[in-house]
Amino acid sequence: MSAPAPHPDPFPAHWAARGLKLLVVAYALYAASTLDLTWTRFVSGLDHGAAFIARMFPPQTAPDKLQLLYEGTLESLQIAILATFFGVALSLPLGFLAARNLMPRAVCWAARGAIALCRSLHPVIVAILFVKAVGFGALAGALALVVASLGFISKLFSEAIEDIDMKPVEAARAAGGSFLGVTIMAVIPQVAARFIGFSSYQFDSNLRNSTMVGIVGGGGIGAPLFTAYQRFDYDFVLTILITVIALVLATEALTGRLRRLFQ
Amino acid sequence: MTAAATTPPPPRWVRFTPLQRVGRFAAYLITVAAVVWSMKTIEIIPEFLYDAPEQTLDLFQRMWPFDWSYYPKAIHAALIETFHIATLGTLLSLAVAVPFAVLGARNVTPVPVLNGLAKFVFVASRSVNSLIWALLFVAILGPGALAGTLAIACRSIGFVGKLLSEALEEARPGPIEALTALGAPAGHLLLKGYWPQIEPAFWSVTLLRWDINIRESSVLGLVGAGGIGVALDAALSNLYWDQAGLILAIILAVVLAVEVLTSAIRRRIM
Amino acid sequence: MTPTEPASDSALTIRHLVKEYRRGAPVLKDVSLTFASSGVTAIIGPSGTGKSTLIRCINRLVEPTAGEIWFEGENLAALPPARLRRVRRRIGMVFQEYNLVERLSVIENILTGRLGYVAFWRVWLRRFPAEDIARAFALLDAVGLGSDFATRRADQLSGGQRQRVGIARALMQQPRLLLADEPTSSLDPRTSVEIMDLLRALAERERIPIVINIHNVELARRCASRIIGMAQGSIVFDGAPEALDDDRLATIYGGEGWLQ
Repeated sequence: MSAPAPHPDPFPAHWAARGLKLLVVAYALYAASTLDLTWTRFVSGLDHGAAFIARMFPPQTAPDKLQLLYEGTLESLQIAILATFFGVALSLPLGFLAARNLMPRAVCWAARGAIALCRSLHPVIVAILFVKAVGFGALAGALALVVASLGFISKLFSEAIEDIDMKPVEAARAAGGSFLGVTIMAVIPQVAARFIGFSSYQFDSNLRNSTMVGIVGGGGIGAPLFTAYQRFDYDFVLTILITVIALVLATEALTGRLRRLFQ
Repeated sequence: MTAAATTPPPPRWVRFTPLQRVGRFAAYLITVAAVVWSMKTIEIIPEFLYDAPEQTLDLFQRMWPFDWSYYPKAIHAALIETFHIATLGTLLSLAVAVPFAVLGARNVTPVPVLNGLAKFVFVASRSVNSLIWALLFVAILGPGALAGTLAIACRSIGFVGKLLSEALEEARPGPIEALTALGAPAGHLLLKGYWPQIEPAFWSVTLLRWDINIRESSVLGLVGAGGIGVALDAALSNLYWDQAGLILAIILAVVLAVEVLTSAIRRRIM
Repeated sequence: MTPTEPASDSALTIRHLVKEYRRGAPVLKDVSLTFASSGVTAIIGPSGTGKSTLIRCINRLVEPTAGEIWFEGENLAALPPARLRRVRRRIGMVFQEYNLVERLSVIENILTGRLGYVAFWRVWLRRFPAEDIARAFALLDAVGLGSDFATRRADQLSGGQRQRVGIARALMQQPRLLLADEPTSSLDPRTSVEIMDLLRALAERERIPIVINIHNVELARRCASRIIGMAQGSIVFDGAPEALDDDRLATIYGGEGWLQ
């Protein structure tokens, strides 16, 4: 090569990006230091872990416990089914109200606010409120998951409606269709398939959470799980965990097939 | 959620095979039957329901006015701890998820055994709820934010790993072929071939999971895994609804603020 | 038959190359070729005839089923991965779709040509050796872009500009052989001519041979010193551009109707 000609800096420094990276690293170190990570804790953790796992095996299979497991799991399943059904049914109107291409601005923003509110609290926290309102039991859990379903399905649904082809809607409007008529003829056919997809995903999610709302008194398998945990009945905890994971995986496989069927 | 968003748009003209027709009909039938069965057998005490409006009103009356003096005493530190749990948990999950995402992507690692191993890790991580992960870690490490952080990390590995793995598999093969042709070793190929292509997806997934983790870490305290949930649990078990109300309002405000923040950042980096 | 090294005056020697994607359906049927250490060789032929497979077998982007590929005293077809990488560093390649890393800057794309040589940490921290950076800027000028383009992102460039970056990246390797797979097929006619002239001029300057797949016969005639015609996985013509008359073209492309 001949003598190198002067050239500009090939990689101009991004000071903002560098500063941000440095900040994240510094923060992570600081935050980790607040976690009380000590060697002794780690070692005793290993001991506890070994004891914990030793107490888990073999999984508990006493008939009375299995009866408890059966009832709790069934109730979780029922909570998930009902929460999905009613959550989806209610998110149909809410999703429409939040769709920017069909609704006036004020209605749309109010609906979006409601959806954001439903999404922002964890279902277990919502369950606490419903336990106070309607008492202990499956109803509180189901209502909490209805709220969660409303938050997710309405949002996805309104986005799906915003994505639709507006030509059939305009055609139906031009033909003098009423709002309901326009909706049924021009909007529903375009979003029905995606709607079934959303609902089946929400069912998966509701089933996962329906096993948890019992921790705060919302019914389902969560209550026996938490009780067993607090009583150090770790062998029963393991039985419940295996059942829950198997149920969740089996349901996911099933809803996956359902989605393919309706694609 | 993400998977739903990628569902292809409905085909306009579909002709079903008879088997599909029967399958669809069966699916509708099963759905209706499941709802009816659940309605009939679920244990609901109607008296509780009549009582609900009254109880709800009572709940809000007890919550308002908030006990603001509780904020400096217990909530502030717990809130910061929640933030630490969510953020550190997300960072930790990235550290584990990235290598597994590389192993799980069939185009980057064309070894079916390793792909299967990564898929297994993702499924195991995702099918256990973060509250259950928290229970396990509290039993092992004792109560506190460390258990919460590890629970958040374990739950997030599957989510982040699966999405990153998919992003890697969607990377354009052309640039990879070019870098292979000029003799780049595997590490260089990842760094300059794949990473620039998945970087937007990486940041987007990280922000999305961080947003979710802020929400999830607010309940971990109910099982003793640290954060604002501990304060909530204390307020609830003492029936101090004015404190609980304040905590709920603060969680709501933080979650909404984080969601606004993450969607603003996402718009800027996309 | 034991593989023996061919005479040293040739840059690249291919012997009895066979490629089957499916068993019993060879795409390349026993191809043998020798390339001199300079000059532009154009491979022409109908699409689906194995041109692209042939060129990708040379640097083993496609694994040959049988045969030998001799380059600088080594049989590429038999090399283990690490040694294959070392040989690939000395073979540049230009692609139809440019295959730039779109979200990296132009200069970084050119510098990726050194990925086979530069240590991982240097690549990570973007601390490329100073002489590499100087060479990258020189190449940026040589392909007619100029240092104004250096920090532009590759996805902001036009097709012709991208292909110029692709060529600069290939030359950044300081290759002893340049392969080009349909380098102009995604470009408009005028840019195609510019790119082909650039490739030829640079190869002459660097004194390296080029093997180009191309389906534009006129362009091949204009730039190449040797033309190889392929049909159905075999070589049916090999000679100077002047020798490529209509009869020969008919043999390569089948029938004559298309010539009128």
